[in-house]
Amino acid sequence: MSVELRSEPFDPWRELPAWQARAFAPGSHGATAAFVGTMRDFNDDDAVSSMFLEHYPGMTERALEAIVDEQVAAEDLLGALVIHRVGTITPGEPIVLVAVWSAHRREAFAACRAIMEALKSKAPFWKREERASGSRWVERNTPG
Amino acid sequence: MAVTVRLFAHLRERHGFGETTLEDWAGGSVLDVWQRVTGEEALPAHVLAAVNLDYAQGETEVADGDEVAFFPPVTGG
Repeated sequence: MSVELRSEPFDPWRELPAWQARAFAPGSHGATAAFVGTMRDFNDDDAVSSMFLEHYPGMTERALEAIVDEQVAAEDLLGALVIHRVGTITPGEPIVLVAVWSAHRREAFAACRAIMEALKSKAPFWKREERASGSRWVERNTPG
Repeated sequence: MAVTVRLFAHLRERHGFGETTLEDWAGGSVLDVWQRVTGEEALPAHVLAAVNLDYAQGETEVADGDEVAFFPPVTGG
């Protein structure tokens, strides 16, 4: 299991196979599910030029690890990888990667979704958007 | 007896500090810490709290050396 915070842009479609190659022998898992969240250039009908993602060093990692551990146990996962950006992000850059590995598809789909939803409601991150009209803290998540 | 208090995101901007120390902490709850650092009577319903990096409630006891944090609803992902 791996939880990482990154202050620089990352490519989830390189990270996923690289982590998989390190973590598993060929043939050891039957299902992989991945979610990538990417920054858009608009929100609430307003153009967004960049975003700052604040976090609580120490607690953010701890919360993410607890979320991952819970799903590993609940869905009997073989592996899980979470990478989340912090700092200044521009539109088009990935914000988060959640990838999970299991024996069969049901567990992979369920755990990937559950980790993402728990991350949105429990992991200490806060977004501040830079818009034409000024800087604004995002007050709530969009419904899952 | 000292307690470290941290504020994040718009709470930090509204109250004008990100971290402070209560040097003369004689014991009390998370709510007591909130009242000391903000002067506000109640902990607003949307404000989240943590003690030593774990989520806590208003009534959670705060001991010497603890780190207490307050922050708005989280918006990651």
